[in-house]
Amino acid sequence: MLDVPSHSHFLSIKRVSKNFTSRSDTVRALSDIDLDIRAGEFVSIVGPSGCGKSTLMMLVAGLTKASGGEILVDGRRIEKPNSDIGIVFQRDVLLDWRTAIQNVLLQAEIRKLDVTAATERARHLLKMVGLDGFEKSYPHELSGGMRQRVSICRALLHKPPLLVMDEPFGALDALTRDQLQLDLLRIWSETRMTVVFITHSITEAVFLSDRIVVMSPRPGRIERLIDIDMPRPRRLAMRETKQFAAYTQEITEIFMKLGVLREEGDA
Amino acid sequence: MTSADLSPPAPPVGGWGEWRIPYALITLVVFVVAWETIARIINLPMYLLPKPTDIVASLYENWALLVVNGGVTLTEIIFGFVIAVLLGVPLATMIAHSPVVDRAIYPLIVGSQTIPKAAIAPLLLAAFGYGLTPKVTIVAMMSFFPIVINSVVGFKSASPEMLHLAYCTGATQMQIFWLFRLPQAFPSIFAGMKLAAVLSVIGAVVAEFVGSQAGLGYVILVAGSNFRMDQQFAAIIFLSAMGMILFWAIGLAEKKVLPWHVSMRSQADG
Ligand SMILES: Nc1ncnc2c1ncn2[C@@H]1O[C@H](COP(=O)(O)OP(=O)(O)OP(=O)(O)O)[C@@H](O)[C@H]1O
Ligand SMILES: [Mg+2]
Repeated sequence: MLDVPSHSHFLSIKRVSKNFTSRSDTVRALSDIDLDIRAGEFVSIVGPSGCGKSTLMMLVAGLTKASGGEILVDGRRIEKPNSDIGIVFQRDVLLDWRTAIQNVLLQAEIRKLDVTAATERARHLLKMVGLDGFEKSYPHELSGGMRQRVSICRALLHKPPLLVMDEPFGALDALTRDQLQLDLLRIWSETRMTVVFITHSITEAVFLSDRIVVMSPRPGRIERLIDIDMPRPRRLAMRETKQFAAYTQEITEIFMKLGVLREEGDA
Repeated sequence: MTSADLSPPAPPVGGWGEWRIPYALITLVVFVVAWETIARIINLPMYLLPKPTDIVASLYENWALLVVNGGVTLTEIIFGFVIAVLLGVPLATMIAHSPVVDRAIYPLIVGSQTIPKAAIAPLLLAAFGYGLTPKVTIVAMMSFFPIVINSVVGFKSASPEMLHLAYCTGATQMQIFWLFRLPQAFPSIFAGMKLAAVLSVIGAVVAEFVGSQAGLGYVILVAGSNFRMDQQFAAIIFLSAMGMILFWAIGLAEKKVLPWHVSMRSQADG
């Protein structure tokens, strides 16, 4: 399906670890993470709170330095903030003083992109996520879901080859969340970028991904890699299939074994 | 602090529309009428407390005097205020950006607030004479503090995520300042300027009390020594009106510069 050979790793995380040192002690947040992600792959990272998912994203984005190991994106070592990527946070981080389209065009302003072309693309992106007619609305005039859509458009304006998202739908209601998952998959299938998607939700991870990285509690390490072998485009109804249930079951069991999930009666 | 913030919410339905019942105005009218009535009944002498009608008459009679001296006071206020903004906001950016400057200067600025400005006024008078300079200096000193403090808070209020976003778009330090930090700080800067406007009026009058040959503070002093309480009240009312207009003008500027913020705030109010 992809014209990129499968051995080419777009994102390589090599024996990466991260310690946070404070006056009193050192917290090991990530330990020996090894992960290769192909170009165009949609990878989700699931793991318990505090296992270092956000830290991993910060490392990929070049926003913090690893304590050990190295990260390569498209063959280049990440040593400073990586401005080639698109980034989406749990909070939408829209600028209150800019309208929806101005928020998206922030990228164009900073990167000094051609204004006419960028404006056209911004309009197109907003339309793609169902926000046509809201271009001139200020963030406080938009709902939580709409705001997060704007921030996704902002992350996509410069056509990044890699999109990293840290629990982008975590604060949204179930319906909005479903819709945004579908929107995201559609955009991804059109652009063929590589996506690293962090989530707490096992079903969300299974629904979206080609592959799931299951992480253990702190110090975070990779517990298991699971290929999700389900057809695309994904449909909401697939969440009711046996295959889907088997995947969520598999991940749930890993978390139970790790003691992240406990049921009554467990020893 | 503006009257719009204090006024009650509009009645839910009916023909009132945008119109709000001016409760504060009603209170004021009742108060003034009661004052006038009581003063007439007990025949209060003017040197103790003038009647509202005496004050209005005095405002009318002394209008030219009030305008001329009000102009002097306003000049002191505006010069002092502008100097405070021009020094305070850039200093605040330095404090917010550099931990060294923060630790070297910020405690001194906060500490200097314990110095009563009125006590410095005689010193400044001795140094600069009776002219404009000592008054402008006092006004600037009074306005400086709220402007710096609020601006620092504003410049520091950019969230870590916002800065992460900035770095991931490849923004330069200059772009981060102009596109992120400064707009983010604007609401706080305006809040500081509103506080400063109120304080600058006080500063100007205090400075004039200490030593002057013109200005509304001077008018109040002279009227007091002549037992013309009506003139004193007239000057005070004129002064308050000036302060209110100043406050309102800053609010207007805020609306122009930050339409998003003003509508966000009114939304939060209900
Ligand atoms: N700046 C920091 N200083 C010190 N410790 C930190 C810092 N950032 C993260 N940590 C620690 O590193 C660990 C991993 O944090 P991280 O935010 O990456 O977890 P997470 O998996 O994203 O959790 P969540 O799912 O709750 O968002 C946590 O135990 C946290 O206490
Ligand atoms: Mg996190």
